[in-house]
Amino acid sequence: MRKYAAIAVAALLASFTLHAQQVTSERIVRAAEEPGNWLTYSGGYFSQRYSALKQIDAANVKNLEVKWMLPNQVFGAWQSSPLVVDGIMYLTMRPNDIVAVDAKNGRVFWQYRYTNSQDQRVCCGSNNRGVAMLGDTLFMGTLDGHLVAVDAKNGHLLWNQEVGDPKLGYSITLAPLVVKDKVIVGVGGGEYGIRGYITAHDPKTGKELWRQYTVPGPGEKGFDTWSSEHWKTGGGSVWVTGSYDPALNLTYWGVGNPGPDWTPGQRPGDNLYTDSVIALNPDTGEIKWHYQFTPNDGYDYDSVQVPVLADIDVNGTPTKAMLWANRNGNFYVLDRATGKFLLGKPFVKVNWMSGFEPNGRPIQTPQPAGLPTYPGNQGGTNWFSPSFSPRTGLFYLSAWVDYASIYRRQEVQYVPGRTFAGLGPLTLTPVPNVPGPGIGRRSPINNWTDAVANGAVIAIDPKTGAEKWRFKQYDVTESGNLSTAGDVLFTGGREGYFYALDARTGAMLYRLIVGGQVVNGPITYLVDNKQYVTFISGNTMVTLGLRE
Amino acid sequence: MWCITALSLAAQQSPQEHPGQYSQSDIEAGSRLFSSQCQACHGPTGDQVTGIDLRRGQFRRSTSDEDLAKVITTGVAGTAMPPFSLQAAEVNTVIAFIRAGFDPAGTAVKVGNAARGRQLFEGKGTCGTCHRVNGVGPRVAPDLSDIGAARTPTALQRALLEPSAVMMPINRPVRIVMKDGRTLTGRRFNEDTFTVQLIDQQEHLLSLEKKDIRSLDVQTASPMPSFNGKLTADEMSDVIAYLITLKG
Repeated sequence: MRKYAAIAVAALLASFTLHAQQVTSERIVRAAEEPGNWLTYSGGYFSQRYSALKQIDAANVKNLEVKWMLPNQVFGAWQSSPLVVDGIMYLTMRPNDIVAVDAKNGRVFWQYRYTNSQDQRVCCGSNNRGVAMLGDTLFMGTLDGHLVAVDAKNGHLLWNQEVGDPKLGYSITLAPLVVKDKVIVGVGGGEYGIRGYITAHDPKTGKELWRQYTVPGPGEKGFDTWSSEHWKTGGGSVWVTGSYDPALNLTYWGVGNPGPDWTPGQRPGDNLYTDSVIALNPDTGEIKWHYQFTPNDGYDYDSVQVPVLADIDVNGTPTKAMLWANRNGNFYVLDRATGKFLLGKPFVKVNWMSGFEPNGRPIQTPQPAGLPTYPGNQGGTNWFSPSFSPRTGLFYLSAWVDYASIYRRQEVQYVPGRTFAGLGPLTLTPVPNVPGPGIGRRSPINNWTDAVANGAVIAIDPKTGAEKWRFKQYDVTESGNLSTAGDVLFTGGREGYFYALDARTGAMLYRLIVGGQVVNGPITYLVDNKQYVTFISGNTMVTLGLRE
Repeated sequence: MWCITALSLAAQQSPQEHPGQYSQSDIEAGSRLFSSQCQACHGPTGDQVTGIDLRRGQFRRSTSDEDLAKVITTGVAGTAMPPFSLQAAEVNTVIAFIRAGFDPAGTAVKVGNAARGRQLFEGKGTCGTCHRVNGVGPRVAPDLSDIGAARTPTALQRALLEPSAVMMPINRPVRIVMKDGRTLTGRRFNEDTFTVQLIDQQEHLLSLEKKDIRSLDVQTASPMPSFNGKLTADEMSDVIAYLITLKG
């Protein structure tokens, strides 16, 4: 009897120790060593959205079944990517709720509801992409431009810090990134004439510790890429979570479009650091290097993709690389220590440029008025997460194929808090009045057909930029991607299917008809040593596991 | 990120004048006349009088161009609309400008008599042998019960003259041969990577798995004939007048 009690106490202690373990930046640095958890937006600081878990593999993935589902109460594209820490899942629900659920069965511990100010304005939906965690605290950005901290144990608000003025169009939709002892966020609002920035906050109080503008002001490096007063309304939003390389002590963030979106002639110059990746010192916010994908952008080619970091051979040389499939239709490899351009290659049809100068600057070829530009306004890809598998060495992305826009340029006057974009693009269609794919699915019917656009998951060898395989979808896809050590690539699409593909060949191994669009990045984790895969379809979160 | 609307290259092409259309000079002259005579009450965009949106073809009591001409020349008793003493040719230009959607560079088609148009739709034009309106007629071709809310007179004229050029991709006829040898023809409602939903010639709703399909041919030529030469310009104007009364 005594022996059993001792075992029970030991088990309790083990369990207590496990659950008492705090999330630290050091723990996120070593996230790969605990693949049972999903500690940060993209799974680890290198943002590969890759998991070392392999209980579910190419051979048995066909035996997946639904383990639990959890609906949101609000309709609209649900872009959140959850965290899982020691058996508890933390996810955001539209517009700005946080829930803590048992990751094994979806039962809810608590729900925190944030009420946004009536002043909040977002161009493209009440989106939120998730939380960050440090210690026992969760951090969430809000549509009205605040950063809030919530107790992970009971869902109580700890502090609420304004980061940007919602009346001027500032918002936060990304999941924050914890780096060391700071919480880092960026602001959205690129369609409202904001001047974008990234800020770091004290996790205990929310106090702003540094702010790095993404559009330089007078006296700052890069200011000469703006003319007149345009920098004040220059855009440069930051609405997808960045990455971090602890060895280089650099954090990488993609920057959004310049403002106004479609009138490059109204803001002469390259318009740094819009449509760029910037590498920052996380301690100070200082910009160490930048690379601009689309100078003086007139196409809304936000560079707010997830910066994927990988150590690969480039031209036979081991390289600390950054892999980037950009909205502008090109796949890039950069040296993440220096920002040096190593490779650029289109993954869809591109006609806004014809090639690269040796330093990586695109040779732009603007199309005559009334003629289509490829890729179209929503891009060859967009914010949805790509994945990199160190096992296959392949980079996976969701793409919009054969999709173009016709741009109409009309200068626009800045009015604080009002849309500051210009007249805008029209989707290229074969005949008038054909609907286009747009942002998010508006109906379960595809009535534009493949004549306007279609989708694909594309696997690219980053050593060469060559496409290795393509999984075609009839409709466009905004699904994030997850690769695993089981050599499975999990993805979905707007058509309402969730897929497991062979990560090496692209062959479909498993398909689940879920009905709702899959737009977020799937994740995987362990509870009680059993592997689960979680994704969102429409307004329902779905968790799969192997049939027992 | 931004939302988008749709347009085609075809719509970008310079407008061609067809019989049954107002001339470019009429539209431009109407633009000037509207500014001097009508704008004070109807407003620069034509929607200043309650219940009327001239630019979008919303009127209180008019359907045809003849109706509009009558309102302009005789006024409307008991309302602020006075009679205008304009020449018939001048009235014509104002109607042209209204029908062009207030776009001096746009195209404007003549809108005839809806009652006559309905007779043509059901009779000489044989439109009702394929199209359904308000519960009457087959479902083989798109149901036109609300076409007047979805299309401008200009777009309707183009559909009558060049049906293939404006056929929506989803309405393209499909011919499907199944692996079991069956051949199906119809029109798609929806399609995805693995399935296609259609209505066949016998009005069956079919949902097919692509793995069971041997071939799926999508034709870009519309089964609808062009009415160019089959209907006179006036008859075409009448059919258009009827179609724009169909608001669902």
